[in-house]
Amino acid sequence: MTYDHIVIRYGEMSTKGKNRLQFVRCLKRNIAKKLKHFPNIQIEALRDRMYVRLHHTPPQPVIEKLQEVFGIQSLSLALKTESDLEKIKEATLFFVKQFPHEGKTFKISARRADKQFPITTNELNYELGSYVLKNTTGLTVDVHHPDIDVRVEVRKEGTYITAYDVPGAGGLPVGTSGKAMLMLSGGIDSPVAGYLAMKRGLQIEAVHFFSPPFTSERAKQKVIDLAQRLTEFGGTIRLHIVPFTELQQAIYKQVPENCSLISTRRAMLRITDEIRKRENGLAIVTGESLGQVASQTLESMVVVNDVTTTPILRPLISMDKTEIIAIAERIGTHHISIRPYEDCCTIFTPKAPKTKPKKEKIIQYEQFLPLDEMIAETVARVETITLKPDQPLDELF
Amino acid sequence: MMYLDNSATTKPFPEVLQSFMKVANDYFGNPSSLHGLGMQAERLLTQAREQIARLLEVKPTEVIFTSGGTEGNNLAIKGVAWQHQQRGRHMITTAIEHPSVTEACKQLEQLGFQVTYVPVDERGIVSPTHIEQALRDDTILVSVMHVNNEVGSIQPIEQIGMLLKKYPKVLFHVDGVQGAAKVPLHLKRANVDLYTISAHKFHGLKGAGVLYVREGVRLSPLLSGGAQEMQLRSGTENVAAIVAMAKALRLSVEKYHESSARLGEMKRALIERLQAIEGIVVHTPFEQSAPHIIHFSLEGVKSEAFVHELEKQHVYVSTTSACSSRKKAPSKTLLAMGVEKMRAERSIRISLSYEQQMEHIPIIVEAIERAYERLKIVARGTK
Repeated sequence: MTYDHIVIRYGEMSTKGKNRLQFVRCLKRNIAKKLKHFPNIQIEALRDRMYVRLHHTPPQPVIEKLQEVFGIQSLSLALKTESDLEKIKEATLFFVKQFPHEGKTFKISARRADKQFPITTNELNYELGSYVLKNTTGLTVDVHHPDIDVRVEVRKEGTYITAYDVPGAGGLPVGTSGKAMLMLSGGIDSPVAGYLAMKRGLQIEAVHFFSPPFTSERAKQKVIDLAQRLTEFGGTIRLHIVPFTELQQAIYKQVPENCSLISTRRAMLRITDEIRKRENGLAIVTGESLGQVASQTLESMVVVNDVTTTPILRPLISMDKTEIIAIAERIGTHHISIRPYEDCCTIFTPKAPKTKPKKEKIIQYEQFLPLDEMIAETVARVETITLKPDQPLDELF
Repeated sequence: MMYLDNSATTKPFPEVLQSFMKVANDYFGNPSSLHGLGMQAERLLTQAREQIARLLEVKPTEVIFTSGGTEGNNLAIKGVAWQHQQRGRHMITTAIEHPSVTEACKQLEQLGFQVTYVPVDERGIVSPTHIEQALRDDTILVSVMHVNNEVGSIQPIEQIGMLLKKYPKVLFHVDGVQGAAKVPLHLKRANVDLYTISAHKFHGLKGAGVLYVREGVRLSPLLSGGAQEMQLRSGTENVAAIVAMAKALRLSVEKYHESSARLGEMKRALIERLQAIEGIVVHTPFEQSAPHIIHFSLEGVKSEAFVHELEKQHVYVSTTSACSSRKKAPSKTLLAMGVEKMRAERSIRISLSYEQQMEHIPIIVEAIERAYERLKIVARGTK
């Protein structure tokens, strides 16, 4: 009898039919990477559950790490015993006694994943419930709103007893939905968009536009720190840093002030799309939220989006700023995002940018610029940094 | 040499000194400067803040760097007083606080604030009920230390924090200088709003400390200037000492986590051995006290003489707290615990570090016995 397992439940992955095995393998791989600093643990993946054997590793740090892995619906610490009625009875009693149970109510929720087990679920509920009642004092049954819901799951390989669920991060394992490029500005929204994209199984490569000397090294470092934080959820992230100064200045010289922002956005999207092609990505993720700023009105989006047919995923499209901030705080990107350095979108901001730009006008302004060559030349100078989770501690710290 | 005055200050870890020297030498830029040197220094500050936040289980934006414990306590107490004086001008603290708390309160009293000093029991522990009874409509702050610096008693911070949940307008400050890294305290669970620590008490360097300011708590700064540290503490940051502090806290948490059971056992063994010596009374409570402090008093011998006598044997201890020992005043904590004045003037504090081992106990006890014997003879002779 060992109180030494963590049960991992998959949630949505279980609807994936024949591809399921692939999802499970991917999740197992992601979990193994996440838990690589716990040498003693052992992961066992079944088609509908995963078990982490702790081998005396303290459970709490492991559970905290697992809560950052997408594809996990919920987790619980479990007691494992043999699938034998007497053993199960003993284990259930031992389990209940772990909790403060005086004056509490409980119920047994048995499940038989192994239908060959000779005792039916109802009989099992009755057997275990009465055994616990007989051998404890001050504990009563309440099948509707119990204080302790003791779940007993009888499986071929053993019986697992759990009580409390810890919610997982949900979603699908990162890597099962393909790869997309995340436009990462350094603000509050884009890291959250990246997080939500990864939640649905996307692998992310980040693209950042850097305009020295108008934007500082501090702004660049901020983006590196944000991408670094996102690796905790998505594993290794490649960050592409685009030297954007010359192109941005050329646009501001050529295009009238109130349309320059839209033109800049179009150029950024084209560059991102070029990097996407080179890196074999399938889509582009942005942190746009409808109507939040001038470039995020539907009219502006139409004009910006016009430069590509690549799917553009906008996970935040219907979210309010307060909702976005709440997620940013929860995932630990907010305190980085609020460092007060300008990014390439906040420099040269026109006083009154157009909220309803005309596509034809913009195209007309842009045709006086050698944009194709400038974009190709910019993409050729992109610097790529690879960020890995769990960076070793700087020797100074 | 046996250094047993770790509550006064600790020896810096060698790794901490290395970090300090490297930062002071290579990254001397002002973190507020725009150029690359400034940025490197600022980056180190950010990393230090994040590491300390992780170790204290709080947010990086809640970590304010200070010059140490005295500044942290003053900023917490006066900062709350100036900021919230419209709401009320009453504070609650205990009778056994460090002078940086007590004197700050006294200063506020001269300026028209009212302060209730809640007494402690014979173990040197304050009762949450007494704190609650002292609350008034105009109370703005409760300030209670985590571990008493003289006798090592642990105050019921979590219980006080829980009861203060019912009084959302009352802020809760905890002086964590003696407890940090040594006695676990979960700031969020204990509902703490402000928490002071000082680097040199956990093998960092003097001149650096942290005041944890819970998100949403508003303070008035003590220093006017360049608005560093989220406008709460102006002055160019002591980057090298701060980086060194982040490292010291990490190493201390590891080392004290490993050695806390052993230190606790050593404390209990020392208490038992010392109590057996005639004329010695141990004042540190056996239970509910920090694992590294043992406080006792000696009958018939001046404590200052005793410190020097022990020093001859290369054992370094202190009389009461380091701050009060120069004044030769009786131990404030002992008086508050109801110990008679004569004894309170003759008290000695031993404070251990992770370096002490079980086999040091007989050496310490014998040194104490020897010193006591010698001084007793002298004392009798002069009578």
